[in-house]
Parts: sequence; structure tokens; C-alpha cells
Amino acid sequence: MIGSPDVVAFTKEDGFAEVYKDPWMIPEEFSVPLFPHSGNGNPWTKTSYAKFTKDFILISEFSEQVGPQPLLTIPDESKVCGTFDLNYFSLRIMSVDYQASCVGHPPGCGYPKLNFVEDSKVVLGDSKEGAFAYVHHLTLYDLEARGFVRPFCMAYISADERKIMQQFIELSSEFSKASECLKTGNRKAFANELENKLKDLEYTRSVLHKETELQKMSNGCFSTQAIEKANELANVEKSIYEHKDLLKQITSYPNRKINDPEFLPYESGSPVDSADLGQEPTFREFNSEDQSEDHSIKQRPSYTPQLVKAKSAKCFDKRLKTLEELCDLYFFHQTMDQLRLIEKTFRGDLCYIYTSQIDQALLKKQKITNFLFEDSEWEEEEAEQQFCDGKQTMTNNLPPASILSVEPLSLDSYTSCVETVPIKLEPETNEDRIYGRELTEFSPCDLLQDNTDEGIDAEMKGSLSSGESIEVLGTEKSFKTQGPTVNSNSVANLQPSYPEVVRKKIFTRRTYSEDSIEILSTCESIIPEDLRPSYPSAIYEEELPVESCTDAVHSQTSMLNQAPGMLDECVDESGSNLQVESTCCIGKEDHIYKGSSPELAQECCANGVMKQEPQSDDQGDPTLQADFSLDQATFSEASPAGLPLYELNPNCLSDDVSRMNCDDLSDSTSFMSASTSSDRTYSPFLYGNPITVKHKKKFGQSALRFIRQYPFAQQAVFCLLSGRTLVVLGADEGTVRKLVNALSIFVPKIGKHGEAVKQWLSSPFQLTELLNWKLIGLHRVASPAGSSMVHSLSRYSRYISVLDIDHKTLRCPPYKGSLIGKMVDHHTQIKRGSTYFMHVQSMQTQLCSKAFLYTFCHHLHLPISADEDQDAVASRRTNFLHHQLRYGEDDCRIMQFLSELIKHHYLHGSSKGGTLPVFSFNYTTSFLHKP
Amino acid sequence: MFRWILGGREAQGAVEKNTVLFIGEEQPKNSYTELQVLKGHFDIVRFLVQIDDFRFASAGDDGLVLVWNAETGERLQELRGHSQQITAMAAYGWTAGDLDHVALVTASSDRTLSLWDPETGNRVQTVSDLQSSAKCLLVLYRLDLWISGGNELCVWDRDFHLLCKTDHHSDAGITAMVELPKNCIAAAMDKEIVIYRLSESSSKSGTSISEVRRLTEHQDSIRALITVNDQAFASGSHVGELIVWDSLDWSAQAYERILWDEPRPEGQAEIRMSSQKQSEMSIQHLATDGECVVAAVGSGLYLYDVSARGVVAYRRAAHDSNILHTMLLPEGQLLSCSEDGSVRMWELQDLPLPAEPASSGFFGMWTFGRSSKQASQQVKKVPEVPGLRTLELTGDLIGHSGAVQMFVHFVDLGLVTCSADQLIIVWKNGERQSRFRSLSLFQKLEENQGL
Repeated sequence: MIGSPDVVAFTKEDGFAEVYKDPWMIPEEFSVPLFPHSGNGNPWTKTSYAKFTKDFILISEFSEQVGPQPLLTIPDESKVCGTFDLNYFSLRIMSVDYQASCVGHPPGCGYPKLNFVEDSKVVLGDSKEGAFAYVHHLTLYDLEARGFVRPFCMAYISADERKIMQQFIELSSEFSKASECLKTGNRKAFANELENKLKDLEYTRSVLHKETELQKMSNGCFSTQAIEKANELANVEKSIYEHKDLLKQITSYPNRKINDPEFLPYESGSPVDSADLGQEPTFREFNSEDQSEDHSIKQRPSYTPQLVKAKSAKCFDKRLKTLEELCDLYFFHQTMDQLRLIEKTFRGDLCYIYTSQIDQALLKKQKITNFLFEDSEWEEEEAEQQFCDGKQTMTNNLPPASILSVEPLSLDSYTSCVETVPIKLEPETNEDRIYGRELTEFSPCDLLQDNTDEGIDAEMKGSLSSGESIEVLGTEKSFKTQGPTVNSNSVANLQPSYPEVVRKKIFTRRTYSEDSIEILSTCESIIPEDLRPSYPSAIYEEELPVESCTDAVHSQTSMLNQAPGMLDECVDESGSNLQVESTCCIGKEDHIYKGSSPELAQECCANGVMKQEPQSDDQGDPTLQADFSLDQATFSEASPAGLPLYELNPNCLSDDVSRMNCDDLSDSTSFMSASTSSDRTYSPFLYGNPITVKHKKKFGQSALRFIRQYPFAQQAVFCLLSGRTLVVLGADEGTVRKLVNALSIFVPKIGKHGEAVKQWLSSPFQLTELLNWKLIGLHRVASPAGSSMVHSLSRYSRYISVLDIDHKTLRCPPYKGSLIGKMVDHHTQIKRGSTYFMHVQSMQTQLCSKAFLYTFCHHLHLPISADEDQDAVASRRTNFLHHQLRYGEDDCRIMQFLSELIKHHYLHGSSKGGTLPVFSFNYTTSFLHKP
Repeated sequence: MFRWILGGREAQGAVEKNTVLFIGEEQPKNSYTELQVLKGHFDIVRFLVQIDDFRFASAGDDGLVLVWNAETGERLQELRGHSQQITAMAAYGWTAGDLDHVALVTASSDRTLSLWDPETGNRVQTVSDLQSSAKCLLVLYRLDLWISGGNELCVWDRDFHLLCKTDHHSDAGITAMVELPKNCIAAAMDKEIVIYRLSESSSKSGTSISEVRRLTEHQDSIRALITVNDQAFASGSHVGELIVWDSLDWSAQAYERILWDEPRPEGQAEIRMSSQKQSEMSIQHLATDGECVVAAVGSGLYLYDVSARGVVAYRRAAHDSNILHTMLLPEGQLLSCSEDGSVRMWELQDLPLPAEPASSGFFGMWTFGRSSKQASQQVKKVPEVPGLRTLELTGDLIGHSGAVQMFVHFVDLGLVTCSADQLIIVWKNGERQSRFRSLSLFQKLEENQGL
């Protein structure tokens, strides 16, 4: 197994030194940037390197029989990969597996131990192929495989290197979900397999037992045959014991994981939401041991035990199970769905992804008003965030010792992990000293070189060419160290401070190597997740308990706290630190890019000592992140734990490289931050059927058609915006639905699943339904049933407006305002639906901000002094609306409606339970509008 | 049905129908611009009782009694225990020490009576296996007693001890009761009003009740009985008789027979009379503000001034269907709800032209001093009524899809209506609510110290 030796290297203190005495390292001056950016070059030209047309996901396996081989791609079209050599690339990506998968017979242990290995995450680039990949290694269990493990990897392959780098966290969290799902299914399948095998063995034993007795009877106790049989029997017994133990291990895994506060089942936030119902019981069933017993009982009848041959076939004769067979089918399909979703999510240009992430980050800040017109996914996230907060506090509060009480499955692996902690932290001084020394050597030329293209070169990574051709460009751990900046919250804040930061840019350069596999990033593979609760608690905490963290961490923290102002001076010197990419060795990239903070750099300039950046991570405190900005003062305030230099790199910031900084030391935290930024924008929610921007964009086209077609479109939209229910009446379901969809983009507070809209109704409605539905598609029925419908229409006519699409009439109050005119322009020049939707959205955003202002302006609603009466306040309010906002009477109505929604939302939150919906209306005359 | 006949025959009737029915969507005087629907009942909701400034209880045919917060719409308690429909409900308040207690007394068709604590939802007391189910309840706060009226009249104390009861009455039983001065009680029993007197003794258990008098002026069964003020009480019958009685000597002060009829040749009137449906003239409900009595006569409203002994205003077709409940508010406001599912708000206005109602194309009224008097005499009286005013429709509340059984008016919070559609709707002043919300918004803002 590839992973095991690496771990050894990591856990040995002196191993670190080796990393930096890289014999293959070429001097800095020889290295050539991979993609020389000429300031005005076409940014898209680099895609031409690639031999494939668009991003895809590749699943490969390191087969024990044939070596690395590609299994499948998503999307599953041959043209996707074009002439791209999947076999070659599989070889590449499988050669950088850092998983510490030591399965087999640990010394001193008579029977095999399963090691629950955490996935490793690596970014690597193949500059020759023009392919860059996020590679997620995982291990599945297979009873027939060597060491019971089958190494797999999932890779997201893109021609755009920056996409991989900058979306690392998102990719990582999404792939973790997929991996978690796959592994759960695998454990389930593995457990089943074990059970069956056990049955075989038991059966074999009984047969052998009989035979032995028979032999004894016929040939006497000490005959060769009898002894042979007895030996065979003993072997089988041993085998049973081992398998039982394995079964115990595998079945106890989920329980253990669930105790782990950081354990997040894969399902949350993923598109498999709708399937959760079905999935959870399965999961639970699998979780509890006694239930899994039941499970096996259930399975028993379907399986007939077979006689097990004493010697199993050689591994090369047998057919290895396919991925599908390795995993419970249900989970396999979930995984595939998740992967498809990932592919969809990250499709498209980086700037688009990035823009929408910023967009969403900003949107998330507008908690007060964003429920009105935006996707309501943020609510979910908020909950999720809170959930994670809770978890985080839990994690933080847990003293490391208490974590140790988590029952380790394999004591060996566990202890070794425990030892890892101090090792990983303490030797930093050591290695950084070396590191730093090396860096300082290079610094002058780096500066010169990189100043020239400072605006363009966004690389945060220095890279180092190696004769061996694998360039490790970054490790997951190095991303981690950059924690503070990366949260999507902070992304928003980054922008304003950008100019200030420019000069602090850290220049990096990359080397170009013919052989051209660059490992852009890896995850730290040696700290098993089992340990994570304790590990982050030592590191994540802003105020670190001294005893739980190493001196290095501590000193760094304090230093950072002291020296925010020193950033400028030390940047230049420290800048050089980044450039050296010291390893090309598999398994050692852990130390690459230990970002060093400017202060540290300063220190290292002074002392010649460079300290390694501890894995500080402010993710632990989301509020910190939220307020984080690159403004110097805030910067250092917000991130007292060390800041890696490249955070100061303005290019990183502008390119949102910094996003990557935030990494997951623990899966859950990264899941939190990453999924928030990616899910929000991208998940189409294929299953849950919520209304998303994508849907709305589609609706934009019909909305555009509607406003072109009907001169009274403004009135219709006015109804929706002022909270008057609009009934779209028609005989043809398709037409009605289409129009309802189109108009739904105007409905405020539509709800996550479009609760405020009833697309199609063929029975008379009641008042209670009017409370919830603001847009109704109503079936016009000619039969007697229709008369009761007409009755309800006329009965509640004061609360509704009726858009009759068969007769092309609209019965509604008149609208004389000016607000909607811009939003709904009969003669609009906008051609495309999505453009129109954007237009509407921007107008709605304006409305929101006005409504926010109106709602939260104290004097407009409450008296300034005690002697002021309500009339005075009311007149002030009217004055504000009419004269300051220049709104007409009807526009005020819109404003008031939105304002009431905001108030209600602010007071009662988004929760549906508890508070009854309030239905407001007013008594105005409706008119019949005809085209 | 009747209205439809009218519309066909009488142009004027049709005109009036229109003016009443379609107030239009513009209702500037209607301040109820917000509503909340309270769901919880499974059958017709018939009774609403205000408990205090913000709470009320609702009860109906499902045997459930629900306690609500009118402000938030929150359901505070669910009082379960009756197996059949609730026939009467009353709030029973007393003061113990410095604390005011309120309990709810309910009577049900399952022949039980229960006392509930609306705070906890507990059934504090209960009596079952009564000889008959109680149809009405009367709480005598002064004596700290309460009376249930069914086929017999029973007097209870707070602890549900039966103090005394009357003999079994006719099957019709007691339909309504009012308290009169001097420990007297008037109970409506079919066509008669029976006056009882409670004789107190030193101990409560010595209380006894005796029949004092029977008032037999009504020609048909009595539908409504109310106390107007200290001097008078009023009763209304199925055939539209409204009698105002003296509370002390129980003599009839005024006798009005309200007949909704159109002026037509004398001969025809007789025919119309006979064809007229009884329910069109039945007095369903009486309400008073101490000076005036408003009678819900069929689907019309009739406002009678007790002291001046004359009609103040009337609306023959105030609703599309029978009016079930009315209420007089200060400043000449009047509320009515009806089987047609709407609540209407009226305002007493001076007639712009006094001659107009006098012509009274659609109104016929006979006022009888005594039932023996000649009809022709009273017909003349109508045009003579001085200062006749009109009830102008100022707004209507449409929301229920079934008959609105009853409503309760909270001075601050708004109007609560209950209906046969199993819903309770709280109608609120939207502006006021908006102000409240702003207030709590800024309070929360302060608590949170900013956004």
C-alpha cells in the first residue's frame, strides 16, 4: 500500500528534515512559470492545452491485478475526455495516494485489523496534458482483496488550474460527501459479505467436524488424515474468529463515527435530500449492531452457505468486484447522483462560479430581507451554520483528554495517531528553520521576478520543479493554515480592501517540468479523523489553552496579536517564504506551504528561524469570519492565529484563492464553509423541487413574453408585489402553469419550495388557502363544479385579482405608481429570459433595500417624543414615502407590504410553526382590464 | 327566496337590494384590513365567550372548548370532556382575595355541566346525568351563583352544589334567562316569560326558588330575551313581536310587531302576510346598549329606542339571509352577522331627506300597544315617526364560507367571528397591527443590540 510508508515518515520527527533537503530541487532561477501570463493575453487560451472539452469526474482504481485503471467518468460520454489519456492520468493520480491505509496484520496482532482510513485530498496538475485535478482518494473494503482494501480515487479534472485551486474547499467538501456515501454503502456491503463468508465458514466447519470425526473413527486419532482434518478444522476456526472480529469492527464503525461530533453523514445538503427518508432507516439499521443482526437474519434465507476451500485462489485468478458490487446499490446510486451534482455545480467558467459565490456570500449577510426575493437556501444554511457552530463549540470545549475516551477501533492505529499530534506541531520550528533559511536565500530574485507581473500572476503557490516530475503545489494542510480568509463570508469583505493589499502581494513562481505532474495540494493524510476532535480543539481555538497547544502555536498566536502593523514591513521578506516548494516526494508535502505569517517572517528574518504555521483555523468561529476583512487591523485581529503569507497576496484575494485557505482540518468544518458557498449557488435541487434561481431564470422567458403580450402586466405584477393574491384562470393546464411560473418570479417571499404559489387548482379555494397562496393557477371548469369555483372567485373577489387568460382580461385594482414601470416595461428591449430575470431581480433588490430602510427607520413608525401622537408619526411616514422616496400611493402599498413581511420575518423568523400567517388586505375597487 | 320574489315584483325592492348588497370594494370606514384564521374546531362553532382583555373561548358542536389568545391567535388551551355538542357557555368570574378568577361554565347535550379553568385547561367541576341538558346558563355575580336552564331551572353554587331547582316544565324548556332586580329571574319558556324569585337564607343551601309570575303577552315562542337596563328588559318572538318590559313590576312597556312588508294595496297585503315565511319576521337576536335595542328580524335590522319608545332606524334587507347575532357599538356603530357568511358594519346616520323613509316603499310596521288593537291604527304610525334615521352600511367582512354564528368584539384587538365553516376569524385593524409590529420590532432590535 502506498500510504503506509508515508505515514511512518510523517510520524518520525527526523522525517521532516528530509522533506526540505530535497535533492531534486532545482534552483529557483531555473524554474519557468507554467503559464506565462502576458498582461493582455486571452485568458481562455490556456484551455487549449487540454485534450478534453469540459470538466469531468474520473473514478479510478488502483487494481491489485492491473494497477491503476480508470473506471468511469461523469458525464459518461466519450467525447468529454476526447483524446485525453485516461489510463495515463489514472496512473498519475493513483500514484499520489497519501492515505495511511495500513491494513493487514499489524505486528503483535494475530488477526487482521481494519483501519478506518480517512480520505486524502490532493490537487495535482499535469501541465503537459493541460489537466488539473482535484483528487480524492478513498479506500473501500473488499473481503477478497489484498489486505481487504481496494484503493479508489475520484478526481475532478479541469483544464482550468485556478478553478481547482480556488474551488478546492468546495470540491473537497462535495467529494467528501460523495465519498462518505460510497464508503457507507461499502461498509454495508462489506458487512454483508462478511456475514455470508462467516456462514460459509461455519458450514465448512460443521462439515469438517463431521469428516474429522469420521476419520478418527475409521483411521484412529493419530492418523495423518485425521491430523490433517484437525488442522484444517483449526484453520477454519481461526478464520471464523478473524472474520467475526472483522465484522465486529466494521459494524461498530458507524456508531463510533456518530459519537464523533465532527461526523457528518453524507446526506445533508446533498441532492439526495428527498431520498433521505428511505435512506435513513437503512443507515440506522446498519448502525446499531443488534439491528444489523436482524438484518443478517433477514438476509439469511437468501444465502446458501458454501463449502470454503482451505486455500483460497490466488489473487490473480479471481475476478475482482466492480465498484458497483463493492457498494450497496442504493448508496452507489446516491454517490453517482452526488458526483453528477458536483459535475453540474462546478461546470462553467471559474469567474462565473466565483461571482455567484460572492453574490451568495453577500446575500447571506442580508438576513433581514433576502427571504423576500432570493432563494431561501440561506435559511437552511443558517441552520446548518448554527448546527456547525454548536458542533464547533462542542469540539472546542472538549478537552483533548476527553476525546481520547472515544473508543478506538484499533488501538494500534489510534495510539499512533495520538502520537502524531505533538509530532506534527512541535517539529515545526525545526523544519521551518530550514525552510525559512531556504526561503530567505531565494527572496531577492523572487521579488524582482515577480514584480513584473504582479497583477496577473495569481499563483499562490510557488512550485518547484523536480526531476521526478511531480510537482506538489500545495497541500490540503497548507490550505488549512490559511483558514481565516476563506469563508465565503469573508470573501465579500475582501473586495473593498483589495487596493490596500496589492502591494503586499507575495510573489511566487512555478517551475515547469517536462514530466509535469504537479501535486497542487494534498490533504494531510496522517491525522486520522478519529483524532480530529482533539486536534482541532487544540488548534482551532482562538484562545488556545496553553497546555493543549504547542509552544509554536502559542508564540505565533501572541505574535500575531501584537504585530498587526508590522505586516507591511515584513511582507517583502516573508514573501519569499512562499516560493519554495520543497518537496516532490509523495507523502511529504505536508510541510509544503506551511504558510508563515508576516510576523513570523519578520521573526525569521531576524532570527533566521522560520516557524511553521500551525494549523490554525478560524473556522471555528464563524462570527470571526463573518467580520473578517483584509483590512490590516481587522485582519490581524480576526486571525490571531497565524496567517500564511499568501493570504496577503492580493491576487490570491482577487482571484479568491484565499477561499482555499479555509480548509478542512475536520471534514465537518470544511463541509460547513465549503458547502455553504457551493451549494448555495449551484445545487439545482433536482429532487426536493425547491425553486431556485435557475428555475426562475427559466421562468424569465415566459415572464418576458407575458409583459410584452399584455398591456396590463404592470397591474398584475402590482398585485403580486402588494400581496394581493393573483388568480390565473384558464382552461388549459399547460398555459396556466406556464404563466403561473412566469409570474412567480415577482412573488415576494415565495418560499423555498414555492409555497406561496399554487400552480394548478381545480377545486374552489377557501379563505385559509388565500392566506398562503399569493399566486394561484385555477382551472376553469364548465361543469357545475365550476359554478362553485366562480362562487369562491366572486366571494373573495376583494382579496384577489383574476387574470383570465382565455379572455385575456385582468380584474384588479388600478396601478398608478412608477415603481413597476421599470420592472415591467411593455416595450422592454431585453431579449433573453434570464437577462430579464436578472433585471427584475435587481429591481427587486432595490425594492428590498428601500423596504429595509423604511422598516428600520425608527422615527417613521414610533414617536420621537412622548407627546407626539400617532398622527404625527403617520404623517412623517407618509412624508417619507411620498417625498423622500417619491412613491405614489400604490407604490407605498408595495412598500408597506414588503415592510410587513420584513417585520414579521424579523420578529418570528422563518419558521412556519408557532406563528399564524397574517393576511392583510385593503378595500379598493377593482377594474376589468382588457388588452 | 323571499328576496328573489320581491326583486321580481318590486323595482324598488331590487334597488334596495343592490344598495345593500354591493357596498363596493371601496370601504374607507372599514378598518379591518387584516385577519387571522384560527383553526381547531371540527364542527360548527357556535359560541364565543370573552374571558379577559385578550382571551376568549370558543365552543361548538364538536364538544370542544378552545381557549385562544386573540392577540396572537395562539391556541392556549383545549378543554376536552364533553362528548356532545356544547349548548351553552358562560364565563364565571369571582374574586377571591385580591385575585380575580375566571372560569368557564359549559353545558352540553350529553347532559353534563362542567366548570373549567382556562388557565390550566382542567375540568374543575362537573355534573353529569342531569335530567335534561341545559340550554342556557346565567351567572349571578352578585349572589355568586349560577343557574342552568333546561327543562327545569337549577340553581348552583360555585362548587357545583345544586341549591334548588324548579319542577319539570314543558318539553320546550327554558331557552333564555335574564337577571332582574330583587333576586328575580326572567326565563323564556316557549311563548311565556316566567318570573322566578330566589329567596336567600342565611346559608346558601337554604336558597329556594319560586315562580312569581307568568307573562303571556307573546303570541309565539320567544327567541330572545335581554336586559336593557335596570328598568327594562326586552323579549322578541318568532313572529316579530318585540316587547319591552318593566323590570320591577314586569308590565309590558311597549309592544312592537315588526313585519317586513312592502306597501301594496290593502287587499294584497293580507295575501303577502300569509305567504310570508315565518323566519322572515322572527326575532333571532336582541342586543342593546342600554338605550336602544337592536333586533335581528329575519335578515333585517330594527333599532328601537326604549326610552323614546320608537323606532330609530331599520334595514329590512340588511343581509342576504337570517341575521344571527348583532351588537351595538358606541357612536352609532352596529355590527351584525348572518347566515350568509358575512359580517356587516353599520353606521347610524341622519337621513338626508326626511321624506324618503317616510315614503317607505318597502317597509311596513305595525305598532301594537296591545295585541288586541286594530292593525289599521298602527299602519298610520310609521310616517309619523320623528327623527327616523338610517343604517348605512360602512363595511362588510367576508371570509367565512358558512353562517357566521356569533362574534365577540375586543375593544383593542378587533373582532372575533365564529362560523359554521368550523373556523374562527380574528379581524384586526391592519394599521394598528402594523404599528404594534413596528414597536416590537424596535424592541427586539434593542434587545439584540442592533441587527
